Amino acid sequence: MKRDYSLDIHHLTRVEGHANIQITIRDGELVDARWAIVETPRFFEVMLKGMSAERVPFLTSRICGICSISHSLASIRAVERAMEIEPPVMAEKTRLLAMHGETLQSHALHLFFLIAPDFAGTSSVLPLIQSHPDLVRAGLQLKELGNEISTVTTGRCTHPVSLVVGGLSKAPDKEKLLHLRTMIQERKPALESACTFFRSLTIPDFIRETEFISLSNGSTYPAIGGHLVSTDGVDREENDYLLMTNEYTRDFSTSKFTRLSRESSAAGALARFNNNSHLLHPKARECAESFGLQPVCHNPFMNNIAQLVECVHILEDAEELVNSLLESDLAEIITPYTPKAGAATGAVEAPRGILYHHIEIDEQGKVAKADCIIPTTQNNANIHLDLQALVQQALKEGKSDGEITKLCEMVVRSYDPCISCSVH
Amino acid sequence: MKLKIASFDFTCCEGCQLQLANRESTLADFLELLDIRNFREILSEKHDDYDIAFIEGSISRQEEVERLLKIRQQAKVLVAFGTCACFGGVNSLKNRFQLDETVREVYGDMAVDTLPVRKISDIVKVDLAIPGCPVAKEEVERIIVSLATDSMPALPNYPVCVECKQQLNTCLFELGEICLGPITRAGCNAVCPTGKTACLGCRGPAEELNMPAFLELVRERKLSDSDLHEKLSFYNAFEPAATDET
Repeated sequence: MKRDYSLDIHHLTRVEGHANIQITIRDGELVDARWAIVETPRFFEVMLKGMSAERVPFLTSRICGICSISHSLASIRAVERAMEIEPPVMAEKTRLLAMHGETLQSHALHLFFLIAPDFAGTSSVLPLIQSHPDLVRAGLQLKELGNEISTVTTGRCTHPVSLVVGGLSKAPDKEKLLHLRTMIQERKPALESACTFFRSLTIPDFIRETEFISLSNGSTYPAIGGHLVSTDGVDREENDYLLMTNEYTRDFSTSKFTRLSRESSAAGALARFNNNSHLLHPKARECAESFGLQPVCHNPFMNNIAQLVECVHILEDAEELVNSLLESDLAEIITPYTPKAGAATGAVEAPRGILYHHIEIDEQGKVAKADCIIPTTQNNANIHLDLQALVQQALKEGKSDGEITKLCEMVVRSYDPCISCSVH
Repeated sequence: MKLKIASFDFTCCEGCQLQLANRESTLADFLELLDIRNFREILSEKHDDYDIAFIEGSISRQEEVERLLKIRQQAKVLVAFGTCACFGGVNSLKNRFQLDETVREVYGDMAVDTLPVRKISDIVKVDLAIPGCPVAKEEVERIIVSLATDSMPALPNYPVCVECKQQLNTCLFELGEICLGPITRAGCNAVCPTGKTACLGCRGPAEELNMPAFLELVRERKLSDSDLHEKLSFYNAFEPAATDET
């Protein structure tokens, strides 16, 4: 079928931030497919200059309204490593629990509110409230649980209050932790019913081989710090983040592109799964098997399923962490320090993938230089090339213009892009 | 009748609009009050017949100025939503640096359009301001109910200090730290000092404000001038005159 088709999705909806998808087809052949981010840059790396090290996490958390805890903790880790500060064990456990809360909230928002409408054939979540009330209720319950975990551990669910350099400014309240434990236990059935719904869906069949990058520590499913690894066999130290990213600009995007061993690479739930699936909680591994999800999976649409699998892991691991905090007297939560000069990278697994903050502190304890590399930035080249391959495959299969448009939107949403974050 | 609302974001993290989807247990009742006409982050449908426009973020590009002017023409009530919209927010920290050097530092030789950061009321008339970084959903719910019942919503005029004392927190000044609680507008339930970190003034100045007494408090306790300055300028929510006194 020879045809001309030009697709320009200006400000793609149901994603965080502003970006366009531009596809041009002439005589039935793909001429160009673009992932063009047009978000306003805020210049956080410049804003950070001269700021006192202790205040850095309070500024960098404002990079993102969805993953503020990850940004706060990436900065805290960078500053603590730069100044050689060792946070207490209970502070580290509380931080990990806070990350779980944020990831659960973020995955729930994405799975139930941003992508479920694509699979159910509606334009937003609002019609789903009538057509799939149980699914929406399950989504709300899980999102609320994620927010509650973040609030109990950090004081607030967006822009954390008590995550500070050295540890925590305040320990989580034991009564609230007890309530949290009950809430986690009570909401496991909601997640199970959601898994049943997602198992009933047909995930688009599309494979484009790529390189998956994530953190790895060899003993637990990654969250805060570790080695930088890829499915192509790369393994580097945390401070070598620049060698993992190789950032470059494209003139049609205010968000940069990155690459490692190939033309593009991917970060996120599927990347974490592909590198660390053996470290998931057994129940999460079981869930992955029920979807036929196995490493190394190269179907970007399966990132949605990897997020769901991570939710199962999070509920189990969060319950264990809450128990461990309840057994502790939570007396030691902060390590006192005197600011000193240094430079280091803090890498964490934000909901959408590996996040790097590199911070250089001067003799006065102020930021001399800062660099932030965002998960979505590391997915841009992959999204861009997926769009090209996906359109070519869809043309071969004789898909209609409307079907191609929908597939393009869906593949981008599968990455759960956090666009304003990526531009920062 | 439901309120015809729209939500638009400019230079920001989109964290304030995300709060609208929080407090999940009351979300169904909250949505009952609203007819959401335009909300790109969660809806694919777009309609331009809204009455109330929630504006999140500050303004830092010409394209944003034009988009905002168009929204002002349509909206009967334009709400500056969150600290970035009300005061410029953390984005304003960019204004301390030369624009061309700022662009070069992040993008090298690539041309990127950027202007000095401005708050919403620098460009268009604002009918209602809801500060907070992020906004507090409880307060937003209260304001929406006011709008739905045609009564005039009001923010607390007293400082965060009052809410902090009600929670029986140890004053951060007693722990040797500068906190902007004495001069910042309440309404957040003193969430930061309750978490034992200093208030950085995201809600802007309280109406009952005694700046000279506050500055005297800082000096009396021999606390750091540079720390005071960093805190007062963090959200751009306090007049330059106030920070200059430091």
